[in-house]
Amino acid sequence: MDAAAAGAEMRGAAAKAAIRAERFAALRRNSAFISGAAILGFWVLAAIFGRVLSPFDPEFIDLEATALPPDGTYWFGTDPLGRDVFSRVMFGSRQILVMAASATVLGTVVGVALGLTAGYFKGRLDLLLMRLLEAISAIPVIVVALVAIAALGGASVPLTIVIIGFVFSPIIARTVRAAVLAEAELDYVAAARLRTEGTRHILFREILPNVMGPIIVEFTVRLGYAIFAVATLSFLGVGIEPGSPNWGSQVAENWDNIFAGEWWATLAPATAIATLAVSVNLIADGLLEAFES
Amino acid sequence: MMRYTLKRLGLSFVTVAIVATVVFFLTRVLPGDAAKRILGRDAEPEQLAALREQLGLTRPLLVQFGVWIGDLARGDLGDSIQYGMPVSEILLPAIGYSARLAGFAFALIVPVSILAGVVSALRRGRPIDRVITVGGLSTAVIPEFVWAVIFVLLFGVTLEWLPVTAFPDDPSAGTLEYLRHLLLPSLAILLVLFGYIARITRAGVIEALDADYTRTAVLKGLPMRTAVRRHVLRNALLPTIAVIASQIPYLIGGLVAVEIVFAYPGFGSVLLDAVSQRDYPMLQAAVMLTSVVIVAFQLVADLLFAVLNPRIRTAVAE
Repeated sequence: MDAAAAGAEMRGAAAKAAIRAERFAALRRNSAFISGAAILGFWVLAAIFGRVLSPFDPEFIDLEATALPPDGTYWFGTDPLGRDVFSRVMFGSRQILVMAASATVLGTVVGVALGLTAGYFKGRLDLLLMRLLEAISAIPVIVVALVAIAALGGASVPLTIVIIGFVFSPIIARTVRAAVLAEAELDYVAAARLRTEGTRHILFREILPNVMGPIIVEFTVRLGYAIFAVATLSFLGVGIEPGSPNWGSQVAENWDNIFAGEWWATLAPATAIATLAVSVNLIADGLLEAFES
Repeated sequence: MMRYTLKRLGLSFVTVAIVATVVFFLTRVLPGDAAKRILGRDAEPEQLAALREQLGLTRPLLVQFGVWIGDLARGDLGDSIQYGMPVSEILLPAIGYSARLAGFAFALIVPVSILAGVVSALRRGRPIDRVITVGGLSTAVIPEFVWAVIFVLLFGVTLEWLPVTAFPDDPSAGTLEYLRHLLLPSLAILLVLFGYIARITRAGVIEALDADYTRTAVLKGLPMRTAVRRHVLRNALLPTIAVIASQIPYLIGGLVAVEIVFAYPGFGSVLLDAVSQRDYPMLQAAVMLTSVVIVAFQLVADLLFAVLNPRIRTAVAE
């Protein structure tokens, strides 16, 4: 590499760093993003330290204190088995966060690989991917998951993660593909080809860093959908082991009691799902704004 | 237009064929021995053999696939394992109920979302715009059953304004009473879908507002109200059609949870039942019918879009 090229590369790196700093500053000014990050941060802490931070053991059954309304001791009341609702909600954040995040990571990794290859090579692979995407989008995510769970025989957390990830991957692939189609026409890709760089180098070292923006945004949006899907599946009682400390199952377990006026054990986990989903959405919104401007 | 219609029809057919292959793979190939899955580990060998015979599992996979596709094409959905009667006798009435709920929900969602999108675009940057765009997308990420919990608590249990089940106890109840029961489930679905439709409508209206033809209309002295009605809305609502069709899968997916919450005897309840009972013929039929409905809606939306927008029609045909 000669001096001029090295200089150009350094200027390019400096410009990139400046853009990154600007985006970061824009995010810090965005109050919606900050509140989203704060709520998500709270739930992540609850997922990690929930057992320690909770006043009671989430599984402890106290038959002397069943179905108590919220008070100073039991902040969110107790359920009909006498378990502390607040502790159960704190601890319940773990499963939904782990499941949603793993499914999204899986879907993103597969989707990015598919999207990069489809967008770069085009042709038959691209055509096949697009048809497959259309077929998958012709069945609702929940329905695909239900059928796959029935077919594979059961309620297992890893299986549900794989299913959601699999359903998401073509959707992520479409976003990546669109971004790659635009990037592949640019001079730097042609330059890399002239330098006789290998395909893998061009895809992962040249193009991938330049399409990270859309990938990050898509990842956050999908994370929101994954929370939606995991919560709904666990509410329906499929895709997780029965009795799991999961917000969706907690809502389902206590649903009938709201007609007896015992609303707290249902409302608390339902509200928790809502705050988590909205927080991820606020983050996605902020990222989209930062990357678009 | 003919060529475009044929091409679009062909693509829909390919999509349904891929779905059929995936469904067959999921329900016949993946479970291994479907008979064992259905009857459990302790089943008697004779029972297993009989069920395999009944399901046609003894024949080669490719033959099974051919027979299944042939039956589907003739409208024969097979026999339900759990009920021992034709799938269609259970599934079709349930789909009828779901169609009523979905239809009512849709009749609320479409005008409300379009109105919100238009208001938001006309008040671009003002607080009401922020509320509609940010609020609409935030309500969309909260699952339907969570909305259902909140609505039932608020309007059903606390205020006692609306019924907490979607199906009237009295079967002779009039249409109005029926719709009153459908209102809460429809609202739960509305909050999940309205944000996207409003956002696309907003984008379309803003684009049309900024277009030269709108400027010309205003400059030639048309009142703003007339310019919006005659020029802006006609152009802006085109993309909305496409996005409304793209929401149909979410609508149907949302029905599953909503029907469970509100104890509604629709497609979602049947599907969930079929999953827990491993009723594979019922599952296959339910998923195939879902995908056919969704693909049909998308086809109609695309054709409608092309009829209303000649630029698309010719571009695709060439």
